Amino acid sequence: MSTPDSAASLTAPQPSDPIWQRVELARHPKRPLALDYIERVFTDFEEFHGDRAYADDSAIVGGPARFDNRPVMVIGQHKGRDTKQKLQRNFGMPKPEGYRKALRLMKMASKFGRPIVTLLDTPGAYPGIDAEERGQAEAIAVNLREMARLEVPVIAIVIGEGGSGGALALGVANRVYMLENSIYSVISPESCAAIIWRDAGQKHLAARALRLTARDLLGLGIIDKVIGEPEGGAHEDHEKTFESMGAAVRAGLEELAPLTRAQLVDDRYQKFRRMAGFFSEPQ
Amino acid sequence: MSWWKRDKPSVQTPAADRTVRTEGLWVKCDECRQIIFKNDLEKNHQVCPKCGFHFKIEARARLELLFDGPFEEFDKELRSTDPLEFVDSKPYKARLKQMQSSSGLSDAVISAHGKLDGRDVNICALELRFIGGSMGSVMGEKITRAIERSIAHREPFIIISASGGARMQEGAASLMQMAKISAALMRLDEVHVPFISLLTDPTTGGVTASFAMLGDINIAEPGALIGFAGPRVIEQTIRQKLPDGFQTSEFLLKHGFLDAVVPRGELKAFLSRSLDFFVDRA
Ligand SMILES: [Zn+2]
Repeated sequence: MSTPDSAASLTAPQPSDPIWQRVELARHPKRPLALDYIERVFTDFEEFHGDRAYADDSAIVGGPARFDNRPVMVIGQHKGRDTKQKLQRNFGMPKPEGYRKALRLMKMASKFGRPIVTLLDTPGAYPGIDAEERGQAEAIAVNLREMARLEVPVIAIVIGEGGSGGALALGVANRVYMLENSIYSVISPESCAAIIWRDAGQKHLAARALRLTARDLLGLGIIDKVIGEPEGGAHEDHEKTFESMGAAVRAGLEELAPLTRAQLVDDRYQKFRRMAGFFSEPQ
Repeated sequence: MSWWKRDKPSVQTPAADRTVRTEGLWVKCDECRQIIFKNDLEKNHQVCPKCGFHFKIEARARLELLFDGPFEEFDKELRSTDPLEFVDSKPYKARLKQMQSSSGLSDAVISAHGKLDGRDVNICALELRFIGGSMGSVMGEKITRAIERSIAHREPFIIISASGGARMQEGAASLMQMAKISAALMRLDEVHVPFISLLTDPTTGGVTASFAMLGDINIAEPGALIGFAGPRVIEQTIRQKLPDGFQTSEFLLKHGFLDAVVPRGELKAFLSRSLDFFVDRA
């Protein structure tokens, strides 16, 4: 890990690098954010607050809404648009109370038989002293286990940055979709480059190596569907992006509608049980 | 994530190696700097007899410490297929080969079955020397299979963690192992078979944020580094010095995330008593 690679001599990302372009689109300042989808793909959203233990984390928003006039629980990681909002939303980096709020809302939906849609968009779970003190790791871990137990349809959609465990904590779903220009990764390209080449500037090489685009992850069997974006990216035509997402949510909910509570749990379990089995074994 | 490896040469040459392979009859304790006779250190399970500092030990030594006698190993030949064809300072395939030949393991976990105080248990022990104990597809599969065996035979399950987290070289595939194992632990929970998580130095990232925090009880060795984000990442984010004792076992105990901090010498007895509470002996 410590030997600098010869690739380190390469310069900054080329403007033509299609993978790095995707990373930039996923983080584009005008890209629709979770609350945009919640307000435009869904109707009648009512925000519910708090984890009942410590605080309300505004990096995660959630509550009941309607989709095609049917009640659903919608929960999203929201980054905020201007500087003031970004600070208020902690740049979309949830703290433990955010994950615990999300789980509280998901259990509520499961109890009352309402489908759940989660929108993933975070650089990662917040790495700070307070978050560690309040059990960031425990909060994420419990979400992973408890999402596996939900007895309702769960659809997770990566809308921007799927930042590692901090995104996955809302991502244990029956169907996992990604917008065409979103990314989903175990580590950010910058951190990955800092480890490999001791130079975050090599982020474009790391982005390539990590196979973090929607198409890559579809190919690896880690997601179920790529939701197309308008020419140039979601920020070029919000309305069109909302339509595409609406169609994907509709199709997903229809696929899952016939399943019983037990079948939904089993469907989700089998999906992750079979996923990412990249090992060989002598017969 | 395994970022912390850069600062920790101990990953390449764990303390256990230093103590075992150093020439001569004595070693210097990493913590109190006092001279210890190697015999005394070995008799004390690699815990400094002067100050109680817990040296890192290998996965196999941990299993030998807990099992009554011989144990059976499972899925020994599972190997990563390098789904991303990842190349960092060297190809991941070459890194795996080198690790496999130097450790005698196919990946960073040993999955074993045997008796602990006369009781049948399954134990998975993570090997820190193997790419920082990082979790990829092989670890995910081996641990999931061990959970499935625990469910099928209703045998208590124990994981001994020592890891920097998810294995970067397997990308999102390694991330998904967190979900896969956690879902399997949901099933173990549903059938009321106990799971005990033991965290050792260091346990961070995606390992802490999945199975290591999901025990019916979570316990740790004294002085272990345990966290989600590593200390250097936090320091860079908040641009402050971290308080003394931050992210140690004792810190987690104080903040309510561990049931107990258990010294290595008392570990087997502690586990046995806990299992007695969870399940009547046959
Ligand atoms: Zn000492």
